[in-house]
Amino acid sequence: MKKMIGLITVFVIALTLLAGCNSSQQTSSPGTTPPNTTAPKLSGTISTNGSTSMEKVVASLIEAFKAENPDVTITYDATGSGSGITAATEGTADIGLSSRNLKDSETGLDATIIALDGIAIIVNNTNVVDNLTIEQIAGLFTGEITNWSQVGGADAPVAVIGREAGSGTRDGFESIIGVTEECIYDQELTSTGAVITAVSSNQYAIGYASLSAVSSEVKSVTVEGVQCTEDTILDGTYAIQRPFVMVTSSSKELSAAAKAFIEFALSDEATEIIANAGAVQAR
Amino acid sequence: MKIKAVMEKTMSCLFFICGMVTIAAVITISVYMVLSGIPAIKEVGLSEFLFGQVWKSTAAEPQFGILPFILTSVYGTLGACLVGVPVGIMTAVFLAKIASTRVAATVNTAVELLAGIPSVVYGLIGMIVLVPAIMQLFQLKNGTSLLAAIIVLAVMILPSIISVSRTALMAVPKEYEEASYALGATKMETIFKVSIPAAKSGIAAGIVLGIGRAIGEAMAVMMVAGNVANMPGLFKSVTFLTTAIAKEMSYASGLQKQALYSIALVLFIFIMIINVILNAVLKRGDKR
Amino acid sequence: MKNRLSVKRRAYGTILKGFILLCAGITVMLLAILIGFIFYRGLGNITWELLTTARSALKNTIGILPNILYTLYIILTTLVIALPVGIGAAIYLNEYAANKRFVRVIEFATETLTGIPSIIYGLVGYLFFCQKLGLGSSILAGSLTLVIMTLPTIVRTTQEALKTVPDSYREGAVALGATKWYMIRTIILPSSLDGVVGGAILSIGRIVGESAALIFTAGTGYALVTHYLQALGTSGGSLSVALYVYAFEQGEFDVGFAIASILIIIVLIINFMTKFVKRKLKKV
Repeated sequence: MKKMIGLITVFVIALTLLAGCNSSQQTSSPGTTPPNTTAPKLSGTISTNGSTSMEKVVASLIEAFKAENPDVTITYDATGSGSGITAATEGTADIGLSSRNLKDSETGLDATIIALDGIAIIVNNTNVVDNLTIEQIAGLFTGEITNWSQVGGADAPVAVIGREAGSGTRDGFESIIGVTEECIYDQELTSTGAVITAVSSNQYAIGYASLSAVSSEVKSVTVEGVQCTEDTILDGTYAIQRPFVMVTSSSKELSAAAKAFIEFALSDEATEIIANAGAVQAR
Repeated sequence: MKIKAVMEKTMSCLFFICGMVTIAAVITISVYMVLSGIPAIKEVGLSEFLFGQVWKSTAAEPQFGILPFILTSVYGTLGACLVGVPVGIMTAVFLAKIASTRVAATVNTAVELLAGIPSVVYGLIGMIVLVPAIMQLFQLKNGTSLLAAIIVLAVMILPSIISVSRTALMAVPKEYEEASYALGATKMETIFKVSIPAAKSGIAAGIVLGIGRAIGEAMAVMMVAGNVANMPGLFKSVTFLTTAIAKEMSYASGLQKQALYSIALVLFIFIMIINVILNAVLKRGDKR
Repeated sequence: MKNRLSVKRRAYGTILKGFILLCAGITVMLLAILIGFIFYRGLGNITWELLTTARSALKNTIGILPNILYTLYIILTTLVIALPVGIGAAIYLNEYAANKRFVRVIEFATETLTGIPSIIYGLVGYLFFCQKLGLGSSILAGSLTLVIMTLPTIVRTTQEALKTVPDSYREGAVALGATKWYMIRTIILPSSLDGVVGGAILSIGRIVGESAALIFTAGTGYALVTHYLQALGTSGGSLSVALYVYAFEQGEFDVGFAIASILIIIVLIINFMTKFVKRKLKKV
């Protein structure tokens, strides 16, 4: 009995010490104000929730923001655009993240577009197909085209990989290609990363994913001859693009830290950060 | 002395409250399930909901038929049992009747370890090893399938079946077996014609436990089954009752959200029925 | 007359025995392959950096220190609430309750709670703790959900432990004039300590392995929070949740296998500790 009490006490003391260590580091020296600070120190917790496509961009922004404002804790839950909008509406998150524009039915929300992102059409690295027209893409995803040879590839069946119904990526893809509600999927995954993984491990697969997440694991085909890059998104020649949106509730007052974070995402400092993460800052 | 009396009364009250918490928890969960699940069923219609074959929850004209999910869960659980039950019972027989003490101890540790592995780990291996293997073996264009889920579930329910069956087999009175030997039966005949039937109710309890685990599994299955709302086929991507909830829960709103609660209610009722059967089977076993 | 079995019976016997050995062999091999594969792909990826840093998008590195901390926070919070309540309920059931039917009702409730799948706990927890009580995605909401999940285990194991205390202890105490609470405090609880601790360790195992219930209540956050009270209100992913996010949602299989290896090591430790506790604390 005594041993247990002893162990528990030690454990609790250890935890409190850890906590104590952290808080003692945060007391800034009074009096000396460094010349570059523009505002009083921000603190608090900001909860962000939503799009998995925005993962890299948001994670980079969070880290850069935290470096300048160490007292602020920002959390990010990658649950999907639809979920992010729901979270902002219900107030369970401070900032909802959506990789599509708000629908008319989604009222009571303010949308701040922070970046533009391209939806890359990805195939397996072994696939010889280099270019697809929008018509061909529509055919592949609706099941009209069932063999890769019909679009210039090998004689092999087509495995269609997509996202869950609430996904901003799926919504953007389906509306631009014009195949809303008509796609026949072989797999419906819940994140952009999962689609990339599935396509990279299946030689017959085709899918769509956020440009910011695409890596050398998969091959992104040119659409109507246009490669998906930051430049072609910016000048509009790459057709399949959508906005990265920070969604906030119109009725709920945002904390100072949250407001500052959104302003940070729109600032000049963030241009390079967003570019490094693979998207284009919205101007 | 008064203080002592007050302490006594307080402590016994406290303990009573603790006991009530368990009941309160069950009642809260059941009430929540029923209250949240009924509206969608009323709106969609019970037979359309339970027997409709199309689930299009986010379409402009949404349809909420959950028959694909129900059938997938049923087939998946049946399939998992088909594979897992024989292997499980035989392993239990091995542990209880055939293995030497040292071998039995080692294998037992292995089974306990299997029981403790988190379901996401099974999902991970399923995703990386099983899905590509199925794709290659059966020359499919896509490996995520009901088959993958069945295999993963079968492995996951093995420990439950093994440990409960083993306990049941070890509890068979020695006299039964000795009488069987005395009558000239071989060891195998004794095991299959005397011990196993005698341990019937315990083994059944183990199987029902396994069924409960299989029908309630979400994460591992989500990583290998493809998550498309198809009517089940062994090599098609499928969605279970559990994964249907998991997939859409975070972003659903309005009728879609209520439909998800209704799926949870259906699942809940399934589990209740299984529990009731378990209790009935156990009681019957006790009477013998 | 020859005393040998007929060919048919002998054949039956051999086939059946072969089948039994095959099945047992499959089970053991399954475990060996599972653990072998995970360790093979995971142990090498457990680096010091992985264990002691948080994820950095700017530097493109992955660290699971926040997840380790969140797992500890969840375990601590859940046990702090569930142990007293569970032990209290068990004490009530075993020592105080006079009405047998009432005891059976509570036991049925406990049994029912055990059978409910974790996804339903996740859903109810999300509805009740996150939305209705306004806790949002947070460690506190996750812990409260897990409290309800682990309650049955703790109640049952404590009950078993209490039952093993011989009635003679109780009779002796009453004969010496001890009051009920005094008797429980000084005699019964200490004697049943091994069962109680065993139940706690078992619960820790369940908490560590839980993912479905936690994803929807405690979230998947990976921000490094070292202040316990602050963490209670933050969204944080435990190790199992982190495995799911890194492997399934981001395709970082190396990290996934590393976390899986860590989880298996934790399970091994827990299994070992359960047996150890049973042996060391058992007062014969």
